[in-house]
Amino acid sequence: MKHIVLATWITGALLTTGLSTNVNAAGAGQPSNAFNPEISLILNGTYAQFSRDPANYSIAGFPLASGSDPGSRGFSIGESELGLRANIDPDWYGVFTFSMANDGTSSVENAFVQNTNLGHGLTLRLGRFFSGIGYLNEQHSHTWDFVDTALAYRALLGTQYRDDGVQVRWLAPTDLFVEVGAEWLRGDAFPAGGAADKGRGTWTGFVHVGDDLDDSNSWRAGLSYLSADAVKRKTGTNDLFSGSSDIVIADFVWKWAPNGNPYKHNFKFQAEYLQSNNDGLFTPVGGSATAYSATPSGWYAQGIYQFMPRWRVGLRHDQLNPDNAGAAYSGTVLDSLGHTPKRDSAMLDYSNSEFSRVRLQYNRDQSRPQTDNQWFVQYIMSLGAHGAHIF
Amino acid sequence: MKKLKNIFNLLCILIPLSLVIQPASAAIRVFACEPEWGALAKQLGGNDVSVYTATNAFQDPHHIQARPSLIAKLRRADLLICTGSQLEIGWLPVLLRQSGNDHVQPGQPGNFAATDYVTMLEKGASIDRSQGDVHPGGNPHIQTDPRNIGKVATALAKRLAQIDLPNATDYAKRYQAFHAKWQTAIQHWQKQAAPLRGVKIVVHHKAWIYLTHWLGMQEVAALEPKPGVPPSAGHLAEVLRQLRNQPAKMVIRAAYQEARPDEWLSEHAHIPAVVLPFTVGGTDGAKDLFGLYDVTITNLLKGAK
Repeated sequence: MKHIVLATWITGALLTTGLSTNVNAAGAGQPSNAFNPEISLILNGTYAQFSRDPANYSIAGFPLASGSDPGSRGFSIGESELGLRANIDPDWYGVFTFSMANDGTSSVENAFVQNTNLGHGLTLRLGRFFSGIGYLNEQHSHTWDFVDTALAYRALLGTQYRDDGVQVRWLAPTDLFVEVGAEWLRGDAFPAGGAADKGRGTWTGFVHVGDDLDDSNSWRAGLSYLSADAVKRKTGTNDLFSGSSDIVIADFVWKWAPNGNPYKHNFKFQAEYLQSNNDGLFTPVGGSATAYSATPSGWYAQGIYQFMPRWRVGLRHDQLNPDNAGAAYSGTVLDSLGHTPKRDSAMLDYSNSEFSRVRLQYNRDQSRPQTDNQWFVQYIMSLGAHGAHIF
Repeated sequence: MKKLKNIFNLLCILIPLSLVIQPASAAIRVFACEPEWGALAKQLGGNDVSVYTATNAFQDPHHIQARPSLIAKLRRADLLICTGSQLEIGWLPVLLRQSGNDHVQPGQPGNFAATDYVTMLEKGASIDRSQGDVHPGGNPHIQTDPRNIGKVATALAKRLAQIDLPNATDYAKRYQAFHAKWQTAIQHWQKQAAPLRGVKIVVHHKAWIYLTHWLGMQEVAALEPKPGVPPSAGHLAEVLRQLRNQPAKMVIRAAYQEARPDEWLSEHAHIPAVVLPFTVGGTDGAKDLFGLYDVTITNLLKGAK
């Protein structure tokens, strides 16, 4: 008798669950609008004051991609970012981010689809996205802890490496977080250029490892490689480069929050080292092509501390090593004039809620031999769907 | 360069290998977003499950970092049990997307949201962020009413049986035992809490609507001016003024919340500041689901004296 009761109960259970899986399709982490894509809008603006004209900005010894500057003086809106996200069907998830710069130019920042149903720890991403290399590279600008990105990213990756292509990630089935990823990309963005190798000019590989030390401390470390081929890559006014520009990145992040509760106090330390291996022909503007082989590098370290609810302070140090390109390049953009570019930054920010933040920042910028004192006031506001942030 | 090729070759071998080698029929791996669901999964799953609880009672389930360790744990989970109704929206979507685990994606049997099985309160008709961190699906803090735990238990037992068919009878037996014990406990708590009916309280965060609804208590004010917005000095003074006209018996907060605003009010309004476990593990006695409500009611009764 008891068995019959049990059997009936199980059959009933299975029937109801079978029926209810459809009803509960949304499940944990359901989207905010039943079928419409989640919409989010990031509004941000800055007031900037520079002691030296940002129009003449340069980093001694580094050819810069367009847009790798500290911005303009006075009031300006930063990039306004409109994002749409939704599950496409049970297997695919899609993201589209449209970015509007203050000069009216717009660009497709992200446009990718990601498979959520491969299982076995695999994810596949197709489209345009920020490469998974390094730590800062994947972080959208509105989640940065400073107004501007690290100098090494500005000098060696054109701020952030974003390109069109394919990404595969695999997560190991272990308690230790071990993620391995590889990308095959078009090769249109700095340090690549000209979509070399028939539009397959860049590939990357990266490994991320991470864990918790205890309830309060967690970390992630990574090692990445970006192999970029350039064909007549244009930088600065009109310097051209053809050849390979391969980048190695080592990154480390450590986060602390008492008992894992960041509400009152929390601390975040992050540091990255980037090295660029260049081999090819460089043609400085008005000059002739000359063999170029050099390995400039750079690093930064920063700490952000929330000293009371809503308030955070941060310090950052940036430093670059331009490497000597040789006498053939004296007087060109590759000539650092013996200067070591560096920058020290301090910031204070206040978040009225998790959707709005106001920031004050000072940079003692020595990208050039002459010191530039930079002041920023910035606001970042996010409207609409509640985007979850990566670690 | 050559080294990289070697690494790549190694991966080409390792990845397919990991697809082939899967543990035979080990215990069902449960990833519970909050301690109450971890505890419930242990009650219903016994030896058939191994439970990992992603958060503890001293963390705010709204604000959790999408830490690498959580992604690694979700990667191997067979069943994800969360509150749902956007409580975990700030972190769970990242875990789901990075886990590469198809079993726990929304819509799969391995994805279980507790709020799908209870009647939601404070379901807003119109939702705007000017109201603070509100959830359009209703107030997600359903675990403060044990009757909700009972409803979720019914659904969860069925889900466990569905995922782990060979052990279905085990889940059914454990559910029946738990259900009987739980109903008795609820009767007991309700009898014990009879003096709390009509008692006026101040809450820190609007997280107790299901508790006040269950016991017939009356929430007269909240220390957070808007849900998720930290209490300000100005708002606390306003609450204090309000209490002069409409006195309350106590101010209550969850174990993870900041004590200072509650202590300030306690001192100035001369009412006790009561800490409730809010979830399993929040205070000493709240070791399991039964302990959770034992302590909650004991502390409330102490505060109401």
